[in-house]
Amino acid sequence: MRDRRSWHGLLLLAPALLTLGALTLYPTVWVLWLSLQRRVPIFDVHRFEGIGNYAFLATDPRFWKAAQVTVLFTIASVALEAVGGVLTALALRGQRWGSRVALSLLLLAWALPSVVTAKLFEWLYNPAVGLINFVLGGLPLNWLGDPRLALPGLILADVWRTMPFVTLLCYARLLAIPVEIYEAAQLDGAGAVATLTRVTLPLLRRILLIAVLFRTLDAIRSFDLMFVLTGGGPAGTTETLTVYAYRSLFQAVQLGLGSAVGVVVFALVMLTAWAYLRALRSEGIVA
Amino acid sequence: MRPVSPLGRLRDGLMLVGFALYATPFLWQLLTAFKPEAELMVLPPLLPTRLTWEHFRAVLDQSVMLRALVNSLGVGTITTALALALGLFGAYGLTRYPIPGKGLLLLVVVGGTAFPQIATVSPLYLLLRALGLRDTWLALILANTSFALPLVIWLLTGFLQEVPAQLEEAAAVDGASRPRAFRWIVLPLLAPGLASAALLTFLFSWNEFLFAYTFTATEASRTVPVALALFPGVFEVPWGDIAAASMLASVPPVVLVIVLQRYLVRGLLGGALRE
Repeated sequence: MRDRRSWHGLLLLAPALLTLGALTLYPTVWVLWLSLQRRVPIFDVHRFEGIGNYAFLATDPRFWKAAQVTVLFTIASVALEAVGGVLTALALRGQRWGSRVALSLLLLAWALPSVVTAKLFEWLYNPAVGLINFVLGGLPLNWLGDPRLALPGLILADVWRTMPFVTLLCYARLLAIPVEIYEAAQLDGAGAVATLTRVTLPLLRRILLIAVLFRTLDAIRSFDLMFVLTGGGPAGTTETLTVYAYRSLFQAVQLGLGSAVGVVVFALVMLTAWAYLRALRSEGIVA
Repeated sequence: MRPVSPLGRLRDGLMLVGFALYATPFLWQLLTAFKPEAELMVLPPLLPTRLTWEHFRAVLDQSVMLRALVNSLGVGTITTALALALGLFGAYGLTRYPIPGKGLLLLVVVGGTAFPQIATVSPLYLLLRALGLRDTWLALILANTSFALPLVIWLLTGFLQEVPAQLEEAAAVDGASRPRAFRWIVLPLLAPGLASAALLTFLFSWNEFLFAYTFTATEASRTVPVALALFPGVFEVPWGDIAAASMLASVPPVVLVIVLQRYLVRGLLGGALRE
């Protein structure tokens, strides 16, 4: 009886598993295999190379620069989103009317296609008639063309796009805190600052850590925004590992090398998730 | 509910202005889409002297964007239907049947939601090309479905766990078959969860760029984000037309956020708040 029920369950699951197997698992194994080859179709080069591509990457300054940009982008974006997310969530909770409209205005940024976000910011950053330079009092800053400003400009666009996700999670948590806790804090004579730092923020900790995990994994693998907004430029200052992988794959048409960079991104995402979950578990935050 | 003092009202109003300012990048582009061509390259003034449809007309006169809208709508709809069908059966199997290795399967599903697209784009490209599917809707539907599926299964297993299995058992006692109980008891209770999963899947497909950019070659299958990224500018950048095209690309997200916010929020929280 139990066996038959297991079979029925597997039968129901089979179409989904087959799809994932054929279109995610199989390509994952294949990309590992590709990354061990030297494949340059335009020169008809196609041979097994072992770890050659990885050995090349280990001494490739462009790869290390891209890794550095990826880490910088991830840390800066996620840190700003966490702080901004908590602040906007607190502001939202304080809103007695119009919180639904406020949430719509925030979530809009999150729901737009990232290509649209890229176009919005390209226009905002326009050196001659961009709104940002206008607000800054007519400074002639070339945001996306200046190697010192391009990465901050990219990070700002990413924070704008993804902070609302952190806000939403924190806001939902805030709404779930029972009023009694605040009443008790008040009875104990806690002021506004003490209530915030001793009651609210500790209660937000768990959901914030989970939001940060999601956002970190997302930031490491993000591609659209930098590809469309800056294309990795100027002078490679915004070229992340994903953009480097894409350029190697489809512009330099070096399938083996590009796949190796893709594998590195994959490994980076998985390692980060694993390390992070381990840390959370040791603190008893997740089971 | 405490009565709101005038000062409280003022504070709320000011905060709301603040939230509106947050949406400035979008609102500014919205305004740009309606600015007359001659006023685009001057700032100040902030506000145009008149509003015009000329950019929307220019964008819709070209076949590129119109075709892209149709492609995005078609690919998004079919992807959503397919991912939901596969995900619903899968999630039902996972929650209601004693499947060996269930914990591991769920772990793989969660891991799947964090999967980087850049890692599989090259083999998928080779696979789809070998199948002769380059530049077709089907290529995008298959790629997007496989990518959306882990999230759909994850969301639906969560929502299914909230539907008590006892209801179906009671129906079985009353002589209803499993499919009947599923159709008349589980499905109606699951409807809001299905709506959330469907909306998130459609949004993912509508916004998806990397696969669409790589697997398409012509207007035949280019989606809106790809058409927008490749927006033609012959001598100078047509900022007004780009703004109008961006607004067209933003219609589904805007509807989702304003009209269907409840389902969006439930889907996002459902995906994130589980252990």
